[in-house]
Amino acid sequence: MSPERLRRTALRWVLTAVAVAVAAVWAFPVYWMVNSSLMSNARLRSGTPSFWPVNPTLSNYSAVIGGSSFTSALKMSLAITSVTVVAVLAFAFLAALAISRFRFRGRVSFVVTVLLVQMLPAEGLFIAQYKMLSEAQLLNSVIGISVLYAAAIVPFTIWMLRGFVAGVPLELEEAAMVDGLSRTQAFLRITFPLLAPGLVASGVYAFLQAWNEFTVALVVLPAESAKTLPLWLRTFLSASANRGVDWGEVMAASALIAVPVIIFFLFVQGRMTSGLVSGAVKG
Amino acid sequence: MASTEVASRRATRTTAPRRRARRPRIPYLLLAPAIAVLGIGLGYPVYWQINNSFREFGLAQQFGQPAPWVWFDNYVRIFTSDALWAVVVRSLVFCMVNALLTVLIGVIFALLMRAVATWARLTLQIAMLLAWAMPMVAAVTVWKWLFDWRTGVVNWLLTRIGLVEFHEHHWLAEPLSFFAVATLVIVWMSVPFVALSVYAGLTQVPDEVREAARIDGANSWQQFWSITVPLIRPVLAIVLLLQIIWDLRVFAQIRLLQDGGAPVGDTNLLGNFIFELGVGRQDFAGAAAVSIFVLALTVLVSWPYVRALIKELDK
Repeated sequence: MSPERLRRTALRWVLTAVAVAVAAVWAFPVYWMVNSSLMSNARLRSGTPSFWPVNPTLSNYSAVIGGSSFTSALKMSLAITSVTVVAVLAFAFLAALAISRFRFRGRVSFVVTVLLVQMLPAEGLFIAQYKMLSEAQLLNSVIGISVLYAAAIVPFTIWMLRGFVAGVPLELEEAAMVDGLSRTQAFLRITFPLLAPGLVASGVYAFLQAWNEFTVALVVLPAESAKTLPLWLRTFLSASANRGVDWGEVMAASALIAVPVIIFFLFVQGRMTSGLVSGAVKG
Repeated sequence: MASTEVASRRATRTTAPRRRARRPRIPYLLLAPAIAVLGIGLGYPVYWQINNSFREFGLAQQFGQPAPWVWFDNYVRIFTSDALWAVVVRSLVFCMVNALLTVLIGVIFALLMRAVATWARLTLQIAMLLAWAMPMVAAVTVWKWLFDWRTGVVNWLLTRIGLVEFHEHHWLAEPLSFFAVATLVIVWMSVPFVALSVYAGLTQVPDEVREAARIDGANSWQQFWSITVPLIRPVLAIVLLLQIIWDLRVFAQIRLLQDGGAPVGDTNLLGNFIFELGVGRQDFAGAAAVSIFVLALTVLVSWPYVRALIKELDK
C-alpha cells in the first residue's frame, strides 16, 4: 500500500469510529428511557446507574396502565387524532386536486395563503383560539380541538398531496379513456390507486402531528378529564414529583407514548421516501 | 359534506366531459372544505387577535363588559415595558444559537455519513431516526431524567470523571444552564432532519465532479468549499430558514422544563410570555398585541421560503 492510500484508509477508520460513537450518543436518551423503565425505583435510586436492565421487570408498565388517568387520556387522544386525520385527508385531498388539476382565478393566491398560514406558530394564535372555543362552549371537547388541529395540519398536507397528484400524469387517465373507460372510472381505477401511497404518507403525517401535539392542547383542554396523552405525561411527572419522582414509572409512561410512535415513524419513513410513480408511464 | 362534493364533481365529469377551463365552479367547490376549516381554525383567531389588540380586553371584559376601542394603547403599554424586550432579545438569541448550532452539527453529520462505510452510515441514520421520531413531550421528559439533580446519569458521569461540583447539581435552577439543557434537547431533536436532508443533497453531487477537481489539483478543503457547498446551498438555505422559524416557537419545551421549579420570569421565551399574559393574567388584549408581533415576525422570516416553494408550484 502506498503511504497516501494507507493514510486514507486510516482516516476512514477513524471517521467510522466517530460515526459509531455519535450514533451511540444520539440513541442514548431513547435507550435510557427503555432501560430505566424496566428497573425498580429502588434500583434507580441506588446512586450508581446500571447501563443495562438489572432484574428487568414490567411492574412500572402495569402500574402506569393500571392508573386511573391513562385509559381516559388514551381514549381522548384516539378520538381527537382519528377525527383530525379523517378531516385532514378529505379536505386536503380535494384541495390538492383543485390546485394541481385545474387552472382557476385565485389559484396562486390560495397556494400562497396556504403556505404562509402553515408557518403561523400556535404560540401566536392560542390565546384567540382559547377565547373562540370558550365562547362556543367547546373547551375540553373533541370537536373543538380537532378543528384547530385540522386547520393547522391541512396546509402542509395540501402541499404534500399536490406533489403526489401532480406526479400522476394526466396521460395515464387519458390513455385509459381511449381504452373505453369513463373519466370517473379512469380516475377511480388508474389515478386513485397511484395516489394511495401519498394518502398514507399524509395520513401518517397528520396522525403524528395530532398525536404528539402539546401546546394547543394545554390551552384548550384545561379539564383533568379531557387530557390527551402528552398532557397526561406532564401531569404524571408533576404528580410523581410530589412524592420524589418515581423515574421508573415516568420512563415507562414516556415509553408507552413514544415506542408506538417511533415504530410507526420508522415503518413509514422508507415508504415516504421511495419513488412513487417513477416509470408508470413507460412500457 | 366532503362526500357530496365528490359526488357532484364526478357527476359533472361523467355528464359533461368538456374542457376543464369551461367549468370554473368545480375547483372552488373542491377548495371549500379546506377554506372553511382554515377560516374557522386560523382565520377567525387572527381576526379576533387583530381586533382585540386595539381594544381594552381584560378581566372586566371576561365578565361581559363591552371592550372599548383604544387604538394603539396595548401596543404602547406592552412595547414600552422592559419585560417584553428582555423576552424578545432572549428569544432571538436563543433562536439564532439553536438554529446555527443545529445546521452546523447537521452538516457535519451529513459529511460524516458520506465519508464512512455503509454499515456505519446506516447505524448513524437509525440513531437519528430514533431521536427524530421521539414525541416532544416524551423527549423532554427523558432529558429531565438524564439531568435529574439527584440520580441523573449526567451528574453521575461528571462527578465520576472528577468534576465533583456537579454532585447533586441543579441544572434547571439557573437561567444559563437551563438554556444550555434546553439547547441540548432542541438540537438533539432537530439535527436529524438537517443531517438527513443535507445528506440527501450531498448524494446529488456527482462523484465525477469531485474526481475532476481532484485531478485538477484541488485539495479536500478546496473541493468542499468550491464544489460541495455551492451545490448544496439551496438545501442549506431552506433547512436554516425552517430551523429559524421552528426555533422561534419553542414554547412547549421551555414550559415543560420550567415544571421542575426553574425561575420562570428569567426563562420565558415569547410563546411563554404570551401564555402567561393571556391565560395566566387574563390580559387578553396585551397577549393579542404580542401575538400579532410574533405572527408578523414569522411571516417576515418565512417569506423567502414561501417564495422558493411557489417557484416549484408549476414545475
